[in-house]
Amino acid sequence: MAALDTNTGGDSSQMKVSDEVAITIKGMNKWYGQFHVLRDIDLTVQRGERIVICGPSGSGKSTLIRCINALEEHQEGSIVVDGVPLSSDLKNIDKIRSEVGMCFQHFNLFPHLTILENCTLAPIWVRKTPKKEAEETAMYFLEKVKIPDQANKYPGQLSGGQQQRVAIARSLCMRPRIMLFDEPTSALDPEMIKEVLDTMIQLAEEGMTMLCVTHEMGFARQVANRVIFMDAGQIVEQNEPESFFLNPQNERTKLFLSQILGH
Amino acid sequence: MSDAPAHSVAFVRKTEIPAKAPPVAETGVLKWIKENLFSGPFNTIMTILGLLVIYYLLSGLIPWIVNGTWEGADIRECREILQGSGGGCFAVISDRWPQLLFGFQYPDYLRWRPTLAFLLLFLAVPPALFVMFLPRWTLIATAIYPFVAYWLIWGGTILAPLMSAVALIGGYMVFKTVEKGGFVKGLAAGIVSAFLILWIGGFISTAGANVLALEPVESRAMGGFMLNMILGTVCVSLSIPLGILLALGRQSKLPIVKGFCVVFIEFIRGVPLITLLFVANVVLAYFLPPQANFDLIIRVIIMITMFSAAYIAEVIRGGLAALPKGQYEAADSLGLDYPQAMRLIILPQALKISIPGIVNVAVGLFKDTTLVSVISMFDLVGMIRGPILSSTDWVGVYWELWAAACILFFIVCYGISQYSQWLERQLRTDHR
Repeated sequence: MAALDTNTGGDSSQMKVSDEVAITIKGMNKWYGQFHVLRDIDLTVQRGERIVICGPSGSGKSTLIRCINALEEHQEGSIVVDGVPLSSDLKNIDKIRSEVGMCFQHFNLFPHLTILENCTLAPIWVRKTPKKEAEETAMYFLEKVKIPDQANKYPGQLSGGQQQRVAIARSLCMRPRIMLFDEPTSALDPEMIKEVLDTMIQLAEEGMTMLCVTHEMGFARQVANRVIFMDAGQIVEQNEPESFFLNPQNERTKLFLSQILGH
Repeated sequence: MSDAPAHSVAFVRKTEIPAKAPPVAETGVLKWIKENLFSGPFNTIMTILGLLVIYYLLSGLIPWIVNGTWEGADIRECREILQGSGGGCFAVISDRWPQLLFGFQYPDYLRWRPTLAFLLLFLAVPPALFVMFLPRWTLIATAIYPFVAYWLIWGGTILAPLMSAVALIGGYMVFKTVEKGGFVKGLAAGIVSAFLILWIGGFISTAGANVLALEPVESRAMGGFMLNMILGTVCVSLSIPLGILLALGRQSKLPIVKGFCVVFIEFIRGVPLITLLFVANVVLAYFLPPQANFDLIIRVIIMITMFSAAYIAEVIRGGLAALPKGQYEAADSLGLDYPQAMRLIILPQALKISIPGIVNVAVGLFKDTTLVSVISMFDLVGMIRGPILSSTDWVGVYWELWAAACILFFIVCYGISQYSQWLERQLRTDHR
């Protein structure tokens, strides 16, 4: 794990969190067949809040954030994103998805389109933005993630770190109000992890509401307002990063932290 | 690691090893011949054997072609000219060439019309095949072509194909307007209104039977390689979109759509094409009302299209299955709806993967059009088997005729294959 030094980056307390609610999850349950993956999840996310979700594999953390933009269906409970309740109505789901950006572990760029086309596709077809304007926006965000010179290449020609940064830019082009990250650095070489984390930190500093499933504890310490620990489909512990890392309460959290930090 | 001291584990490189050119004399023709043809006793023997086989083949083939004659009105004249020199009697090809191309029933003074239609094909097809190089408006030529070609080949009033075009455009426009209220609703409304316009258009074209009318030619009169080309182009261009729909339908979450597609594909794949053609020829007539004068060619087109669409659907299903699930999720997470995700993200990639398979089916389909000869349609094979070989003039001239048929089919199929390989190279987006 590339642990980032806590003293170098921006202090998380400087980034302000508004009182406005971005996401409310109440009593959510999810099953895969008979298997109970998510159990009684209650979670409220304020606008501008940055939450890191960690936990052992199979604990349901990816499933949780995938439920927020309906990539997975939940069977019980309610999810309200940006004031829009998540229901099985397709129009509703598409609306929420266009407001919520998502980055995947394996980037999932569209390999048959150039970097620029990857970034302009959704704005043009979903938001009906004129092509020229969409391209300008795309270039703005590509510059932000520091790869404007790759705009006309294809994803297959880029390194993993570059691809993940393009994936972030692609999501940002939709001007989302919430960003979800599903283990964005797990498929990357250590050298490339930093460039992606830097981009995410920059995003956090601009006040984006973020939910990150990640094992980058340095990132969690530096950026998160809140760290959530999940195990066996439940939220086991959540706290401010400082207290979470220094003073974990639950036995399972202690065990997890000792395993992940203890070498 | 030559500068690493043998006795020590620690090692620090101080100089960079410069990149060198590979050893010289690894190129050249002689080198290649020695390496690839005579690298050992076994390979040398195989090379000599191979050369012998090639010599044996060519020593038969070349005299046959070189000594052959292209003149003579029948087989007896041919034999006189050849005097047992072992040459081919190619006179049959020059004598019956128009029949090989157009069949024996198409009026000879009208042959310019299918010829013109064939030449126009070279204007109509490139816009579709080379979309990336030609401006999009050229696709208009592709869109107009089927109607023009129909008018030229079958003749009759231009109102008939015109009304079909109007029906298609009208149906599409209705679909576009209603689609906002739901895709399925739009599709149903579009199809219904297209048929409605077609029905009304039927009266209009009957009433105006003399408007810009060419002398009509019956479907029964179509024959020769022309018939193969008509069936091939129409069926390929219809079965690819139908195959895509079937493949998507098979993946659908709606049980009725899915069930229909599965049953359709499995049934059609489980039945020989010849059987379907016999059904088209004879049995279909029992199910249709007696006054429904359903053209035989249309019946055959429907059968061949359904047959190859089922195969193409399975090929495309393979392409869809090869796409990582992440592509669907990425498209979803950006807020694209189902038609958009399919059209912009999934299908372009799935079709690219499926190109070799689709082309395989298309080439096979084109050659399978010769099967119509068993339901007494006189396509190229039907012409050779029937009217030409059984005529007293050319009885027994097998090799020359079948070689001509092979060459005609080979040119088209090889062209398709080359195009598909070029297309695959064009669409490759990695490691460029």
